[in-house]
Amino acid sequence: MDRRKFLQLSGAGVGASMLPLSGNVIAESKLTQSGMDVAVKKEFADAALNTATKLGASYADVRIGRYLNQYVVTREMKVQNVVNTESIGMGVRVIANGTWGFAATNDMTTDGIARATAQAVATAKANSRYQQEPVELAPVKGHGEVSWKTPIQKNAMTIPLAEKVDLLMEVNKAALDAGASFVNSMLFLVNEQKYFASTDGSYIDQDVHRLWSPFSVTAVDKKDGGFRTRDGLGMPVGRGFEYLDGRAEHKVQSQTVLYGDSYDMVEDAKLAAQQAQEKLTAKSVKPGKYDLVLDPSHLWLTIHESVGHPLELDRVLGYEANYAGTSFATIDKWKSGKFKYGSDKVNLFADKVQPGSLGAVGYDDEGVQTGSWDLVKEGVLTNYQAIRDQVHMLGQKESHGCCYADSWSSVQFQRMANVSLLPGKEELSVDDMIKDVEKGIYIVGDGSFSIDQQRYNFQFGGQLFYEIEDGKITGMLEDVAYQSNTQEFWNSCSQVCDKRDYRLGGSFFDGKGQPSQVSAVSHGSSTTRFDGVNVINTKRKLG
Amino acid sequence: MAILSRSEAKKILDKVLKYSKAEAASAQLSGAETGNIRYARNSVSTSGIVNDIELAVEARFGKKSGIATINEFSDASLEKVMRRAEELAKLSPDNPESMPLLGEQKYMPVDGFAESTADITPDQRAKAAADSIVAAKKKDVVAAGYLEDARSFAAVANTNGLFGYHAATSANFTVTMRTENGLGSGWAQSDVTDFGKMNTAASSGIAIDKAVLSQEARALEPGKYTVILEPSAVSGLVAYMMGNFDARSADEGRSFMSKKGGGNRTGEKMFDKRVNIYSDPSSPSVPAQPWSDDDHMALQRVDWIKDGVVQNLPCSRYWAEQSKGTAIPSPNNLIMVGGDKSTADLIKKTRRGVLVTRTWYIRMVDPQSLLLTGLTRDGTFYIENGKIKYPIKNFRFNESPVIMLNNIEDMGRPERVSMWGGPAMIPALKVRDFTFSSLSDAV
Repeated sequence: MDRRKFLQLSGAGVGASMLPLSGNVIAESKLTQSGMDVAVKKEFADAALNTATKLGASYADVRIGRYLNQYVVTREMKVQNVVNTESIGMGVRVIANGTWGFAATNDMTTDGIARATAQAVATAKANSRYQQEPVELAPVKGHGEVSWKTPIQKNAMTIPLAEKVDLLMEVNKAALDAGASFVNSMLFLVNEQKYFASTDGSYIDQDVHRLWSPFSVTAVDKKDGGFRTRDGLGMPVGRGFEYLDGRAEHKVQSQTVLYGDSYDMVEDAKLAAQQAQEKLTAKSVKPGKYDLVLDPSHLWLTIHESVGHPLELDRVLGYEANYAGTSFATIDKWKSGKFKYGSDKVNLFADKVQPGSLGAVGYDDEGVQTGSWDLVKEGVLTNYQAIRDQVHMLGQKESHGCCYADSWSSVQFQRMANVSLLPGKEELSVDDMIKDVEKGIYIVGDGSFSIDQQRYNFQFGGQLFYEIEDGKITGMLEDVAYQSNTQEFWNSCSQVCDKRDYRLGGSFFDGKGQPSQVSAVSHGSSTTRFDGVNVINTKRKLG
Repeated sequence: MAILSRSEAKKILDKVLKYSKAEAASAQLSGAETGNIRYARNSVSTSGIVNDIELAVEARFGKKSGIATINEFSDASLEKVMRRAEELAKLSPDNPESMPLLGEQKYMPVDGFAESTADITPDQRAKAAADSIVAAKKKDVVAAGYLEDARSFAAVANTNGLFGYHAATSANFTVTMRTENGLGSGWAQSDVTDFGKMNTAASSGIAIDKAVLSQEARALEPGKYTVILEPSAVSGLVAYMMGNFDARSADEGRSFMSKKGGGNRTGEKMFDKRVNIYSDPSSPSVPAQPWSDDDHMALQRVDWIKDGVVQNLPCSRYWAEQSKGTAIPSPNNLIMVGGDKSTADLIKKTRRGVLVTRTWYIRMVDPQSLLLTGLTRDGTFYIENGKIKYPIKNFRFNESPVIMLNNIEDMGRPERVSMWGGPAMIPALKVRDFTFSSLSDAV
């Protein structure tokens, strides 16, 4: 079994400084080689399913995975690290005596698979002694032999490394030429080739691709001892290398250039360098109540923390109490059918199908065909995110299809689907929205974030802050963070721009569980207005 | 198979290095057997054992380097992994910051292996969880907890004659107890080398008491308060600060350790004179691997802060050469000197204040001042005239650990906690003017 490793990034990194990385280090050329033939995978899967059934399992599923990663890490005009990894193996999950058991192996032989399957059944039987209630699984119709692939135009794994390095060097040069003191840029590529089979009669072959190209630019004022950073506004996506084409029709002109279905990283780096310098002398915000106009490049993270996480059913029920926490959105609130999560303007939905999103797959990791469902409708809480062994607790009959494991060696469990805010029905542009704001702040890009363990109280920063006075943007602000309570915040939502402005943001390394697993998830929205939100000034002076 | 002895490990490392045709090569062999058990809602949810052993080989040609890994150790596999590392090195771009491999290192002797942890059985894990669940049920509270134990080894060698071997054990337990009405929550942790010294029932008892006592919390106005931060609450902030101790980013002008006009703040008194933080791999309380994972440089006892004065900042060999400084690897453990008072003693001497069990979801707000935000969690109480008066609602704080460590009123006895990058000894602290900026309804 392979062990989780961490890639240490030196220097001031982008967000997390330790990134998960699993598998064996391989040559670049191996990234484009095809994996095991589907017929062989089916043979192995059937062997495991038959063994499990023979040993007394009432249900079994098998995931045979080949997970490929490529990370390219640079700073200024230097390549610091290039890592390619491959991880191959099989995980088998069973129900025996009404209890889950799981085991995984990288010994892809008939014997190895039989051993792991027996171990999974034995674990289930041993743990059944501590089980309070037997597992109840929502039924799923077998899909037969099917396949799904992320609809990509250019497989990033086939792009030569030299081209990727050239792109990052061009990005870094653009930032340095525009006056940046430092720049760190990276490229993360993921390809999950996963095969799922279950005793329900499904044999599902999927080829999932994801990409993220973050950077961070720093401007240092050596004389005064200050420094400011501006992170890239590109988003992690479920797309191929074509995302980095930066096509004109995907650009939105605002205080800076914003990006939709593709991203011009070089242009953004140049703007970032100029803006990081501008931030050094920007006006420090006066604390108080402001109307916030939040761009999708910022709002995705607020949606993620204040809607995505609290509406995960395992958190609501207490399964994450010792780690990520529980949720304020308790079952009784949902059952009342009247719980006002937000204002009438707020319609939030979950999905695993939006094109270009990180969550998009054809089937989840327990063989459920994916779709979309409402979470909050006209402000009222209507549903949660739940999987096969949970939906019965909501009196529902079908899984929502949001089960995921980050590796063949990890057990699958409920993870966040894409959670997004529906655009406003009435025509409304960002300019029209800003025109009506008397005292406000327009925020672009995600920054510092923190929320309590039941998801009530949160604080968010950002990348770029612009003061709005009497309907006009008057200049840049700094030292801005807003604090609110989830329900109060979403009830202060007064306007949502229309679908022309709808864009996706997302998280590439969302952590949950013990031992911790990562997952990737997108959040879409149009620019949205929230009224009278508490803004604090974050400037402090050290002696 | 996961744990090899010193001689078994050396044999494999010597053999793989002999296959090298590169200008220089190094190899690291590491293995672990990790066990865990997780429970929630008073019921075991998952348990598992992971065995893993891996050999990583680095081949060097000038400034080019390639790393390959493998988990089979036949002669053919060892030769294959070295060839692959050499191929990858030849294909890789030059790393201008590459430094030559180190020669022989003198590693400190470390005693960090306990048989009781190495021999832990699935039944013992189940019992540890059951002890916690049974205690919870007796008091009508709901337990959620996680125990993870590991026995591991690491061995390093290179073509310049460097060799090292280190074996270790560890066990970490955390538990959250919540009252059935959802109005109370308590937490406790235990981090040990020797599983024989872990008592999950006792830790669970502390968490249960806090859960029961924290029900029906009252709201205090946010503002500046005198606080008693228990060791786990302190460690959240100190971990962030020590994680940002770095000579290069300070010299580059992008750190709270940067000096106005250039350079860094080593030698300056930045903290209360009672602040002493050092690292020492041979510490019996928090034993740690005696070399750096980056380049296998030997770790020594290093003072980071002495009597409030910044003594050293971690500095890579590359940056030491550029800045004409001394290379100091990042530490694998941390010891903050405290006093000999218990938390109860600290409470007794407090006229008005807030007791904080734990800090949570801490994030950087401004790296210039190291301003952090986060929340209190799982047991926050108001203290009046030397006694816990009543439970209070949780707060969000916005505070810099640099300011916090200037406002020390008193220090408690250090306890072992698990921190980023390794174990740490951290005292409870009584601190004045700690900034709570808003209230949280979370229990």
